[in-house]
Amino acid sequence: MADQSPIDTPTDRAIELEDVLKEYVSHGEVVQAVKGVTLDIAEGEFFSLLGPSGCGKTTTMRMIAGFEEPSKGVIRLHGRDVTDVPPNKRDVNMVFQSYALFPHMSVWDNVAFGLKQKKTSREEIKRRVGEMLEIVDLTGREKRRPREMSGGQQQRVALARALVNRPRALLLDEPLGALDLKLRQAMQLELKRIQREVGITFVYVTHDQNEALTMSDRIAVMKDGLIEQLAGPREIYERPATTFVAGFIGTSNLLTGTATGGVLKVGEGRVLVPGKEGEVSVTVRPEKITLAKQEPSGDVSALPGTVSEVVYLGTYNSYAVRLADGDEITVFEQNAHDATVTAERGDSVWLSWQAQHSYVMGS
Amino acid sequence: MRGVRGRFGDRLLHAYTWLIILWLVAPIAVMIAFGFNDKQSKSNATWQGFTLKWYGELFAIPDLSDALVNSLLIAVASTIVTVVIGTMLGLALGRHRFRGQGTTNFLVFAAISTPELVMGASLLSLFVSANVPRNQITITIAHVLFSLAFVTVTVRARVVSLDPSLEEAAKDLGAGPWATFRQVTLPSIMPGVLAGAMLAFALSIDDYVVTSFVNGSELTFPLWIIASVKTGIPPQVNVMGTLIFGVGVLIAIVNAVAARRRT
Repeated sequence: MADQSPIDTPTDRAIELEDVLKEYVSHGEVVQAVKGVTLDIAEGEFFSLLGPSGCGKTTTMRMIAGFEEPSKGVIRLHGRDVTDVPPNKRDVNMVFQSYALFPHMSVWDNVAFGLKQKKTSREEIKRRVGEMLEIVDLTGREKRRPREMSGGQQQRVALARALVNRPRALLLDEPLGALDLKLRQAMQLELKRIQREVGITFVYVTHDQNEALTMSDRIAVMKDGLIEQLAGPREIYERPATTFVAGFIGTSNLLTGTATGGVLKVGEGRVLVPGKEGEVSVTVRPEKITLAKQEPSGDVSALPGTVSEVVYLGTYNSYAVRLADGDEITVFEQNAHDATVTAERGDSVWLSWQAQHSYVMGS
Repeated sequence: MRGVRGRFGDRLLHAYTWLIILWLVAPIAVMIAFGFNDKQSKSNATWQGFTLKWYGELFAIPDLSDALVNSLLIAVASTIVTVVIGTMLGLALGRHRFRGQGTTNFLVFAAISTPELVMGASLLSLFVSANVPRNQITITIAHVLFSLAFVTVTVRARVVSLDPSLEEAAKDLGAGPWATFRQVTLPSIMPGVLAGAMLAFALSIDDYVVTSFVNGSELTFPLWIIASVKTGIPPQVNVMGTLIFGVGVLIAIVNAVAARRRT
């Protein structure tokens, strides 16, 4: 299966976290930021930690970098236990959310900083910094100060400053958060290209599900200090493990009820849940649902409702359809042919989708 | 309507601004002018013609010259000590959370708000009861004491506004604690450190009150001037004052130009 862990042998493991836990004392109370995380990140993988703010993703990354010490658990980099190793002695580099470029140094000196600390020879520094600036497309800007550059350029300096050290893994803490949408999308592809070019393991922290889906080989969705689901982007989107994941990644509709004989009755409608009995929650993605004026025939899930909102969104229309029990279902319809809509506000419609698009959680 | 009232308001603001500037500059202008006064009588209070001779005879009064040298030495020494200790204090208070932080913050504030008279008197009784002879060293200690808080506050303000991930980035790139401090932290807080140093120097060079308690038999520049008020202040004092003021202005200009180049 494509979504399976790419780890075959232990030597492929770039980063291992074993039951890592982080506690803080805040106002006399013990707060657990990370409540026992276990994961393996493979060599050369683009791995994302995704979740809302306060879910522990940044703390997890800072423990990998060495800025925070785990209260419990072990962190290994390429098989070596680094749990007590300070950040300056770890073979990983980080790109900070604020970029943290040294304001009193030129672009060149910023990028050369790490190599100078390692007492690299002058010629080698010259060669490697030059090469790296070429990769991030900043040749000719060596003498600039960080504040004289745009956000996107600063971002690339930060990337070059970390990558020039040829770390075993690169850690990125919401690096695109400060950029506007267009630039962010361009940088996503750019990051992916650079990662392929240098072949280094990337660990990427973000709260932006689109970013994670676009770039990652695998994603760990975190909530309240725990991993909710760890899988490839496709699996996370198509088969969310929990209702939280379903709600956090993309838009999804949740239907709950009691199934009998593989069918969940919702008012006059039905949702097919083959082989399921008893209490179930069903999620279905808005783009899997077909909207029609007539009751659909055949072996599909079908629900009647009333259109309560139609929003034109350019590439697609978004409908809100209210069911008899008051629940609202979101439906996306591609604008494939013309700009007309299938239904208007107030119309009675039928929603239908194939059985395989119901993703059932629970018994 | 707005135009008429606005024009009148603008003129009023102009006039007010110039009055304030005049008020601030007038004493300095008088000081500078009387450094060029060709005075014949003992007092240097009435204008008697222009001369440059006091600039030529700047060091003609040995006691005054000694006092000025004393003041400069004490100012330099106390500034160096204050900047080193004050920077460390400012860094600790701005960057870290530690036991006794609240007390330290309070002491820093107390040092600023204590009247100089009280500080001078208590320092004198301390030195006397500890049997410490009063000389340049006790003056320097006193000056460090009252300027330390100002340096601390200036550096702390700079440290607080500093992105903490700068230091983390340095460590992440392989710099140890000392390399991080020398190559990243110190250059980043340098404007605060320099501002603190200038403050410390300025506070030291013209201090009278505290110094007058702990000077023993040593005379500093301000002490000498006050002592000579009765007999008439010689124009050399105006000249020295002018030169010190000139250096201050020069530093301010250099700083402004550097700041403009930074942004």
